[in-house]
Amino acid sequence: MEKFILKYFNLIRTIIAILIGVAISIFIIFFVSKNALGSLKYFFLGPFLSKSRLGNIFESATPILFCGIAAAIPFQASQFNIGQEGAFFLSAAIGTGFALSVSSIKLPGFIYVILTLLAAGIVGALWSFIPGFLKAKWKVNIIVSSLMSNYIAYFIGLYIINYHFRDKSAGFLTSYRLPESDWLKQFIPGTRVHIGVLIAIACAFIVYYFLYYTKLGYEIRMVGFNFHFAKYSGIDVFKVIVLSSIIGGFFAGIGGMSEVMGIHRRFLWQISPGYGWDGIVVAIIGKNNPLLIIFVSLFLAYLRTGGQVLNLLSDVPYEIVSVIESVIILLITAEAFLENIKYRITVKEAERKEIIDESSS
Amino acid sequence: MNPVLRSILSTSFLFSIIRVTTPILFPALGVAITALSGSLNIALEGIMLVAAFTGVVVSAFTNNLLLALLFGILSGVGIAALLGYFHLKLKADIIIAGIALNLFASGITVFLLYIFAHDKGVSSSLKSLVFPNVQISLFKKIPILNSTLNGQNILVYVSFLAVIAYYIIIYYTPLGLRIRAVGQNPDAASSVGINVARTKMYALLLSGLFGAFGGLYLSMGYVSWFARDMTAGRGFIAIAASSIGGNLPLGTFLGSLLFGIAYALTNFLASINVPSEIIQSIPYIVTVVVLTIYSAQTSKKKEVGEE
Repeated sequence: MEKFILKYFNLIRTIIAILIGVAISIFIIFFVSKNALGSLKYFFLGPFLSKSRLGNIFESATPILFCGIAAAIPFQASQFNIGQEGAFFLSAAIGTGFALSVSSIKLPGFIYVILTLLAAGIVGALWSFIPGFLKAKWKVNIIVSSLMSNYIAYFIGLYIINYHFRDKSAGFLTSYRLPESDWLKQFIPGTRVHIGVLIAIACAFIVYYFLYYTKLGYEIRMVGFNFHFAKYSGIDVFKVIVLSSIIGGFFAGIGGMSEVMGIHRRFLWQISPGYGWDGIVVAIIGKNNPLLIIFVSLFLAYLRTGGQVLNLLSDVPYEIVSVIESVIILLITAEAFLENIKYRITVKEAERKEIIDESSS
Repeated sequence: MNPVLRSILSTSFLFSIIRVTTPILFPALGVAITALSGSLNIALEGIMLVAAFTGVVVSAFTNNLLLALLFGILSGVGIAALLGYFHLKLKADIIIAGIALNLFASGITVFLLYIFAHDKGVSSSLKSLVFPNVQISLFKKIPILNSTLNGQNILVYVSFLAVIAYYIIIYYTPLGLRIRAVGQNPDAASSVGINVARTKMYALLLSGLFGAFGGLYLSMGYVSWFARDMTAGRGFIAIAASSIGGNLPLGTFLGSLLFGIAYALTNFLASINVPSEIIQSIPYIVTVVVLTIYSAQTSKKKEVGEE
């Protein structure tokens, strides 16, 4: 038992953190809701009770997963580039513009879709290059610069849609509709689950391979693990900082465009949708491991869906989800949380081993 | 004279610069004092939100401005204490813990706003109080000062006093000396008997105090209601403002003023025929440019990647 706990200590700790977050939410619901048991049922079981809600989990996990792996790559290099929100938004805007501009060429659907996604990915990569480069070249605080880049991207994106691709016949600020050949197909009837979710999962596997089985991925992790060691062992730190930002931004960009092509079929965001921040959350909870991030994204999407059901059918507001999320992040990032238990078990194991060694000698 | 130029040179423009600088200056002082102690508090956004919300709710339910002030400050310092506890005691990364607390503040304020006011956007259904505007008779005799500085909200003057207080704290008190010592070299400070964690905690609590004032000003002075996410990134801009100013009192003040000017310019330029999206992005572009210039000058001494 002790050996098992030590081996899977991180996983157990994460699960305990999640359970505490859930427990706090149950406590809050009992505190504020007039029909607490009903609310609890809506929150935790609601997402599973209909096909469209189940689909909802996968739909909303898709952009979160893209942004999660986008955040994980610079985070692995200990570069706190939090510009995924802006890269997501701007890539979706420019990607939409690109798709509409080339729509007259009548490309075959397959090529059209790939070209659009690639264009958006490149926009995201170029945009994320800025904070990465500023950090590598002049040591500009990457948290601040990437944060500012989010606001700038938001305004540029709005400007592009508003002044160049706005559908004036629509009663609200939105772009023209994408041609049907550029849609990501929704393949489960009765839901809006689209091909994007498969692309996202594939990307997570690719990034996992990239981070753990390629030279550049190793360099990225090494810079994050020990900057000075990496530097003095000859790793080009400048390259790693810039590339980790660029590659991360690429996936944020694809994520933004996949959301447009799969769900809305036009660019209709007037406020930034916040998936970049969700991406940071899932990257942290998933310890920057792309495969874990898949599950964390689904878990977060499940909480969100439950929150929506709760909001709709009970007297508890949706924002309870943010409270749970923040508690979970705080506990997971707190290294000393449960550390004394691990310490005690380690000591006990060592003592037992010593006794065995002594008795055998 | 060009009408745009004329409105920029008017005293009402100067008045509005001071008005929009205050909610940046308070959190900037909060960031500065933690940065001096060697940690970076990025939770000012959340601290301000919680204090802004608490002030509005307490004043609406008690009708007492002093209680609103007291509880607003307590709530802000409480969030800072939570950050300190997780960072210093439970060894959480301060940036991630800060992000989590910002998320928490954004969620909990909207959650409670719905519970108290049955609205998720603004608190206008609550009859909350505001801090008074004050006239200072001394300024009346001086023409430009009178129209720019006089008649501002009382918390605007408090923000000026806060800069002076910050100056006194870091240069003339034992705590300030310890904060600077810990920030420069924690090992050396610890070797002469300074409790590093406790000193950092005090710096964080003070930053909570500054941030709380910023939040209270936003919801009970700048405007007279609480709106969801009303800090709108000011807690983050504050990081830029204080780092431009080298985290020193005058520098932080001037850094905040720079962003105040950019904001006020945004409001003024919006009246002429430039797409509003472009104008609104100016303060953020300015932040990146100024920060880059500042960092380029100081980075020569340090290595890339070192924090």
